[in-house]
Amino acid sequence: MINFNVKNKDHMLLIGFIIVVALAPIIMAPIGGGYPDLLQKFAIFGIFAIGFNILFGLTGYLSFGHAAFLGVGSYTAVWTFKLLTMNVIPALILSILFAGVFALLIGFIVLRRSGIYFSILTLAFAQMSYNLAYSVLTPITNGETGLQLRLHDARVLDGLFGVTRGEGLPSTSLFGMSMSGWSGYYFCGVIMIIAFYISIRIFRSPFGMMLRAVKSNQNRMSYTGLNTRPYTLAAFVISGMYAGLAGGLMAITDPLAGAERMQWTASGEVVLMTILGGTGTLLGPVIGAGVIKYFENIFSSFNDGILMEAFSWLPEFLQHAMVSVIGLFVGEGWHLTLGALFMVIVIFLPGGLIEGISRIGNVIRRWRKPKPLPTTEADTAASE
Amino acid sequence: MDAFLLQVLNGLDKGGAYALIALGLTLVFGTLGVVNFAHGALFMLGAFCAVSLQSLLTLERVVLDPEKLTAWGTPMEIRTPYIVEWFGDFGMTLIDWSVPLAILLAVPIMLLLGVIMERGLIRHFYKRLHADQILVTFGLAIVVQEIVKAQFGANPIPQPAPSMFTGSVDIGLMLGFAENAVVYPLWRIVYLLFAGVVIAAVFAFLQYTTFGMVVRAGMADRETVGLLGIDIDRRFTIVFGLAAVVAGVAGVMYTPILSPDYHMGMDFLVLSFVVVVVGGMGSLGGAVAAGFLLGILQSFASMNEVKSLLPGIDQVVIYLVAVVVLLVRPRGLFGRKGVMES
Repeated sequence: MINFNVKNKDHMLLIGFIIVVALAPIIMAPIGGGYPDLLQKFAIFGIFAIGFNILFGLTGYLSFGHAAFLGVGSYTAVWTFKLLTMNVIPALILSILFAGVFALLIGFIVLRRSGIYFSILTLAFAQMSYNLAYSVLTPITNGETGLQLRLHDARVLDGLFGVTRGEGLPSTSLFGMSMSGWSGYYFCGVIMIIAFYISIRIFRSPFGMMLRAVKSNQNRMSYTGLNTRPYTLAAFVISGMYAGLAGGLMAITDPLAGAERMQWTASGEVVLMTILGGTGTLLGPVIGAGVIKYFENIFSSFNDGILMEAFSWLPEFLQHAMVSVIGLFVGEGWHLTLGALFMVIVIFLPGGLIEGISRIGNVIRRWRKPKPLPTTEADTAASE
Repeated sequence: MDAFLLQVLNGLDKGGAYALIALGLTLVFGTLGVVNFAHGALFMLGAFCAVSLQSLLTLERVVLDPEKLTAWGTPMEIRTPYIVEWFGDFGMTLIDWSVPLAILLAVPIMLLLGVIMERGLIRHFYKRLHADQILVTFGLAIVVQEIVKAQFGANPIPQPAPSMFTGSVDIGLMLGFAENAVVYPLWRIVYLLFAGVVIAAVFAFLQYTTFGMVVRAGMADRETVGLLGIDIDRRFTIVFGLAAVVAGVAGVMYTPILSPDYHMGMDFLVLSFVVVVVGGMGSLGGAVAAGFLLGILQSFASMNEVKSLLPGIDQVVIYLVAVVVLLVRPRGLFGRKGVMES
């Protein structure tokens, strides 16, 4: 992994990443994804998955409760909009902070166990938060309705700085720049680039090395006299903060926070994104998040009518058969596709899409040069 | 005292369901070493066996009666289930008893599904990480859940208990308390007895049959049993099927208490995992005891007196117990030393 070119390659990766984020509207346009709402989702879930990957990818601790931090971030952001200001910066800072503190508290307890117990404990905590948000904490979370902006909210800071109150509900802004449409996407995009950069730095740092060591053999680490807890706790808190950031961004694009964001299906989704892309790789989680959100968007918009048209070239009875089979997987049944995809990836491609791409790359390379390459070179090239 | 008894009884039937699911989970974990997130889906499939049988039995023939007219002036429709047409009163009884009868349907179906699942999918995951096992069975659970949703819709489908068991009994009166102090629905008593019988049967099967002995030996040391020339894999496949059957029949009998819908499996699964963890991973007795214990605890937490003291406690009590147990006694209440402790 470590060689002299790492720095350069990382810079190239980052520059490539920035270019893709900047040009995403143009790149995605031909496949029907070039509009801000969807791209915003890519960025937000990309951040969520990058953060999850810092925990799962590096330390191997599989958390099934990360959506709780996302929910905390969302609630914090909406409360900031209500009490302080509609400016997005304080909201983001506070969401990260609150999610971080929450993650610290929970992580302190759950990290006493590892393996399956860790998964079940995180699941238990997330379900607990979800149930509480729906029941007792209703004064804070507004229960089933979800937390919303009101016309007569305090917004102390806005008042201090003399922001005029318009008619109707205010919208989120970055020092006067509205956070809807393309500016909203580019704001999320810039934040994702920063998040990605931090994750690169973590991956390459001694701290990241330590986390990998924990993953490969925690016992051995303990035998060498090292206390691994602070490292895993730090990773847990960092990934919780990423989740809080994603939650805050969600509230920025749509100032409404509901408890369903904390449900364990939401936690499962981020696990799937990370695995689909490639656990423990830098780009994998972002790709996974993009692929899932893109297909969710496409698949759930299909209905039987569109399918009927698509298969109109078939004889009638075949057409009906095809539509009824495929209809299961699209529209309302999108989750079925998601579950099936989950299984297929875990069974056949545990390394995710990144592994798939590198496998294809290997095949092509072999096909071009029939002479056997020195395997080490091929492997290092493929793992990038 | 009577309020206390009532809460214990209320907790027992839910506890029975937890215990049955947790028993299957523990069996699978103890034998195959696999963490099965799709076990709740098996419980749900069992419940939908009851739904299917019910709708099968009540398939109706619609005849238009030209003599009688409805309020709209169209001929009156007369609907008679085929089964009543063929068998008369006996057919009516069959429909009435559709939930218990569904057990006969559920046992072979669940056994088959369990064996297919183990041979087709789980088998390939013995050697892989626990994380991978969790993930693949989680995916399977979603798939099963969505297929059921596509087939039966998203709304709960009520299933009536046989009319013989629909009422309730005043247990308090029998034990010398005031009238109407401890009233308990009859079907829940049936469910409780049923759960007891199933649990006893599983334990007897493992304890007193040769097959059970081999399985227990395999749980203790799989390799040695294999070296003795016993095809332990096949036994374990059957154990998986057995666990599926236990979950399935638990689901069938639970339908009159809770109308089945497609996500009931997941709701119960999360709690059953907590039950397994509290009872002790790999301990069958622990799973059963913890199931009943947590069921009763949950019912106490939902008493109004407790809720006014600690708001929201009914929502979180089970998770809190799990957290405390895992931190204080990681192997669970009844866990053996060294089994999945880390």
